[in-house]
Amino acid sequence: MTKRQMYMKMLLSSLLRRRSRMTVALLAIAIGATVLLGMMTITYDIPRQMGREFRSYGANMVFVASGKDAMLKLTDVEKAAALLPQESLLGVAPYRYEAVRSNMQPYTVAGTLFDQVKKTSPYWNVEGGWPSEENELLIGSDVAEFTRLAPGNTMTITGRDARQRRFNREMTISGVVRTGSVEDGFLFMRLDTMERLTGRSGEAEVVEVSIAANEAELSALAARIRERVPGITPRLVKRVTQSETSVLSKLQALVTLVTLVVLVLTMICVATTMMTVVMERRKEIGLKKAIGAENRSIVAEFLGEGLCLAILGGLLGVVFGWGFAQTISMNVFGRSITFNFALVPVTILTSVVVTAAACLIPVRRATDVEPALVLRGE
Amino acid sequence: MNELENNILELKDVSMIYGAGGQVKALQNINLTVVQGEWLAIMGPSGSGKTTMMNIIGCMDRPTSGAVILDGQDITKLSPRALTAIRRDKIGLIFQQFHLIPYLTALENVMVAQYYHSMIDEAEALQALTRVGLQDRAKHLPRQLSGGEQQRVCIARALINYPKLILADEPTGNLDEANEKIVLDLLRRLHAEGSTIIVVTHAPEVGEHAEKTIFLEHGRVVKTTRNR
Ligand SMILES: Nc1ncnc2c1ncn2[C@@H]1O[C@H](COP(=O)(O)OP(=O)(O)OP(=O)(O)O)[C@@H](O)[C@H]1O
Ligand SMILES: [Mg+2]
Repeated sequence: MTKRQMYMKMLLSSLLRRRSRMTVALLAIAIGATVLLGMMTITYDIPRQMGREFRSYGANMVFVASGKDAMLKLTDVEKAAALLPQESLLGVAPYRYEAVRSNMQPYTVAGTLFDQVKKTSPYWNVEGGWPSEENELLIGSDVAEFTRLAPGNTMTITGRDARQRRFNREMTISGVVRTGSVEDGFLFMRLDTMERLTGRSGEAEVVEVSIAANEAELSALAARIRERVPGITPRLVKRVTQSETSVLSKLQALVTLVTLVVLVLTMICVATTMMTVVMERRKEIGLKKAIGAENRSIVAEFLGEGLCLAILGGLLGVVFGWGFAQTISMNVFGRSITFNFALVPVTILTSVVVTAAACLIPVRRATDVEPALVLRGE
Repeated sequence: MNELENNILELKDVSMIYGAGGQVKALQNINLTVVQGEWLAIMGPSGSGKTTMMNIIGCMDRPTSGAVILDGQDITKLSPRALTAIRRDKIGLIFQQFHLIPYLTALENVMVAQYYHSMIDEAEALQALTRVGLQDRAKHLPRQLSGGEQQRVCIARALINYPKLILADEPTGNLDEANEKIVLDLLRRLHAEGSTIIVVTHAPEVGEHAEKTIFLEHGRVVKTTRNR
């Protein structure tokens, strides 16, 4: 047997034959590592996840008509949309508004493309169904409350067409939309239905666009459209894009803080456990010194035990942390996590560093033990 | 002149005072010489300073004043690190409470002393256990051994590095008569082979085996007897 083998033998025997105390330290390290890896994985994944999530809080670019024109031409909109990178274009939803009456009450009805609205405004909460038939109407929640109408009921709307002739149409309510914003007071119908009723087509007042791009890219795209399609003035929806980045960085700061706190707690727990271990083993340490162990041997033995715990705890943390991150991601974002393998060595290394730091004071105490105590009965 | 060269240990005017205000005078002006191959017994009532003396001789504590010359070297001037080296190379310790490492087997407990000393030699460790009659218990943990057996492992560990001086503080204090006899026989054999032994004891029958016995009281040598 070599000295190295003897060292390993002593180390493992100490760990395996004196399990209970070490389990506490191991558990602390494993929990710390779990939180660390979990949080790092989520933090790494959040920008990806959040980018998509925040885009779902509305469009990040709108088109309005240039100059004094009130209406946009849909042909211009098509031209502008063609200038945008197709792979990151999430949705283009035109809105055209008309004033109508129903039961003597005035309403604003918007004509739009519902399959695009679902993409630019995925946060719309629709009770019942989205309009699919030509004759179907989606009403805002305020309207539904006021008129006491529900999905399945009919609503007759009247208005005037392009030639100032009255139209009158009985429509079926497919669903009620709740957004917590102006939409709650509107009616919505298919754009082609509106065009047929009014006898006027190819126009919209405003077009909402959702693109997966950062602020700089959005500005560049807007400039391109402004130059190439004179009929359209693109505007960035500043509020959403800015909050996207600031909320993100605040969230990451919070996650980092929580992780740091957990690591400090881990360190305190490991340090107290190790301190207790050193106290319990004072006689053993004294004996080793009495038979000639140098301080560096004592240090090597304690740090070795700590290192074993750190590596094992780190590995457990990797496994549990991945599960933890996956659970959070599934619950919060409804998506599976992307696992970054570079985080494995980072987690284990952090466990080792935290454990080593936690062992500093206990190991110092161990070297302070006097060999003379072994002859004194206690 | 010849006798001087044979001195393995010499205490010159050694005093040990515990506590800052000089409250406990554990040893007062002790003078003592131990020659190579001698068996010395230290006796005296509880609190008379026997363990204190063993700690000083065993390089585990330094006296408040006086000189301790061990194997030609004044150990009172040495650094803790140098004292560790002397303990490792020259001293074999036997304790009343055995002090085996609980998570290591009998054999491993002997090998630990080799580990801190120099090289590990499993065959030699096993041979040491055989000498104390424990070859069959090599793979047992201390808690699986009787008190007498644990003390024999402790003796095997004390001998493994061929120490110049064997120190035993109440080696039979926790043992029954039968085991006391086994341990005494072992010590006697060691002495016959030429080892220098210093043993602290309360038991007169242990003291009888020694060539010289000193009696301590209140930290002073009050009597010295020679048995042969
Ligand atoms: N570390 C210490 N601090 C203060 N006083 C001490 C210390 N160690 C020993 N003493 C005191 O020194 C005196 C001698 O103690 P010592 O242990 O040497 O006695 P002993 O002869 O070995 O006794 P026993 O037979 O009970 O083992 C005692 O009064 C004891 O209280
Ligand atoms: Mg004593």
